[in-house]
Amino acid sequence: MPKSTELIKKQQQWENSTLKKVLDRNPERKAEFTTGSWLPAERVALPRITTDEEYLNKLGFPGEYPFTRGVQATMYRGRFWTMRQYAGFGTAEESNSRYKYLLSQGQTGLSIAFDLPTQIGYDSDDARSLGEVGKVGVAIDTLKDMEILFDGIPLDKVSTSMTINAPAAILLAMYLAVAEKQGVSKGQLNGTIQNDILKEYIARGTYIFPPKPSLRLITNIFEYCSREVPKWNTISISGYHIREAGSTAIQEVAFTLADGIAYVQAALNAGLDLDSFADRLSFFFNAHNDLLEEVAKFRAARRMWAKIMKEKFGATNPKTMMLRFHTQTAGSTLTAQQPDNNIVRVTIQTLAAVFGGTQSLHTNSRDEALALPSEESVRIALRTQQIVAYESGVTNTVDPLAGSYYVEDLTDKIEAGVWQYLEQIEKLGGMVAAIETGFIQKEIQEAAYRYQQEIENGQRIVVGVNQFVIPEEPPSHLLKVDAELQRIQIAKLAKVKSERNQEAVKQKLAAIRQAALSPDQNLMPPILDAVREYATLGEICNVLRDVFGEYQESIVL
Amino acid sequence: MNKKLRILIAKPGLDGHDRGAKYVARALKDAGYEVIYTGIRQSPEAIAQTAIQEDVDFVGLSLLSGAHNELFPRVVQLLREKQASDIIVFGGGVIPESDMPFLKEQGIAAIFTPGTSIAAIIEFIEANRPRVSH
Repeated sequence: MPKSTELIKKQQQWENSTLKKVLDRNPERKAEFTTGSWLPAERVALPRITTDEEYLNKLGFPGEYPFTRGVQATMYRGRFWTMRQYAGFGTAEESNSRYKYLLSQGQTGLSIAFDLPTQIGYDSDDARSLGEVGKVGVAIDTLKDMEILFDGIPLDKVSTSMTINAPAAILLAMYLAVAEKQGVSKGQLNGTIQNDILKEYIARGTYIFPPKPSLRLITNIFEYCSREVPKWNTISISGYHIREAGSTAIQEVAFTLADGIAYVQAALNAGLDLDSFADRLSFFFNAHNDLLEEVAKFRAARRMWAKIMKEKFGATNPKTMMLRFHTQTAGSTLTAQQPDNNIVRVTIQTLAAVFGGTQSLHTNSRDEALALPSEESVRIALRTQQIVAYESGVTNTVDPLAGSYYVEDLTDKIEAGVWQYLEQIEKLGGMVAAIETGFIQKEIQEAAYRYQQEIENGQRIVVGVNQFVIPEEPPSHLLKVDAELQRIQIAKLAKVKSERNQEAVKQKLAAIRQAALSPDQNLMPPILDAVREYATLGEICNVLRDVFGEYQESIVL
Repeated sequence: MNKKLRILIAKPGLDGHDRGAKYVARALKDAGYEVIYTGIRQSPEAIAQTAIQEDVDFVGLSLLSGAHNELFPRVVQLLREKQASDIIVFGGGVIPESDMPFLKEQGIAAIFTPGTSIAAIIEFIEANRPRVSH
């Protein structure tokens, strides 16, 4: 969008007089200034928007298309974002007490971390689970573990986010079964499953099945929840892990929106009506260090999704055009060196998320480059959000950085870069094809390599790592998961297996196989039947592996 | 003339955090070594087998899930069982200082934690060159 010609003239005059004099005396610190993701940073930004019409097209009002300024009319004047710390480790009992602690400290939503065997559909007694049980999250083998996990936590009172992808249908079914036992109806349940398989192939790695059956599972969940669990967020389309893998801000938005387009397309192809599922789609982004670039990123993503839904998919309901998102601060920016400095990094990233209009936020703990966070570190991370919410004053007005010449300029630049990628991906035959050929992974790796090289050669300063280094003692008070845990969990699993109705389990697993073999059938009801009988996660996944096959990574280096 | 050293970068266990492994693999390749990268979610058995088949001098293991105490020693043990104890195993990832003595004792030659520069890894490889180029 052009600045006014009068202003351009004045700018040139300024450059030739005031600026020139200063530069002649004192050159700038660097020949070239860029954002954290290498977008050119203007020395002095000027207004891009010069008419009311442009303002209404590009920004509009909060709660209205194109939602650049936010998805709600009052944003944090109405209600703060949901403070949601991702947590889980060890057994269901240990995680249950951490959740109760977090709720008692003023956290407003739960976010469940599962261990890797659970995320990849292996039981705790599987050989491939060796050493991994309970390490990065809680181990769930059967409904029994899920009952313990939510013991004493009324599911009609909390909203629960579950970071689960390939086996999302199974964990959701277990959650529904726990609700049943608590006497809570499905219609009362609030929460989110991540359920975003495409970014697993790209960046996160907990895939099981190939893309086609995976997309079927996802659309089955969309369809089932639209009927049965209407308030549930059926997917959290995630750029977070793409960014953690080293992408730029533009790539993060581009690949996330491209994933979103692929999911919408898959659901439409399966015969679903757009308005029946699209308002339950949610997103998940990273809040990185470059504060203003990140704010621009969130705003650009919101504006673009609204456009895509309206113009590409013909959405008419404003709710289906809204990009609602969760944010997590950037784990990859945390340093093992001088770990208390991470509190400051997280504060900056928190501000980015809040200026960007997030709906919920996880703040990372200072010790995450060293181990799973300790209770004290998690509390500081939560307090960081509370200080920004209650003390900083930035929540008193909606979209406070709108109209910053620089932020609006970056918002436009990010949008332009993202459109370019979206066109390129479409030319490659869509996102699934772009992933299968390794194009997406290659793009991210190039950015990650460049970033790390800049740290290596000192072009990019990381305080405490390549500058301002001090000799340090090894840190103490780190959380350690008991090595005995796997044995305990395996014993629990054996007990559940010995006490259940074996015949019923066999029948329910056979019903899942039948449903899997019939592409028109929804897999959710038979999966729910099976978990009620305490069929294990691994048993159910093995049936599906048998029918669907397994995904093979395409290694790009 | 120096022999071109061969290095296998491998991801044992189930975690998908491969940014570090891929960076190290590519940076070592750029530094002139022959580098093979396994991809994620490899069993210790598969890693040991690849190491032997590819006749590598070093195996670099990367793990961020916390399963290193179980999986790193297992790779060393399998290499020994297959008469390949001349292959030097090193590791990296989120590994607490307190686990390092145990891992060293189990035959992991070096552990590189977050923030390590690639120069430090190259220095380690070069210091061990005499041990592998015989």
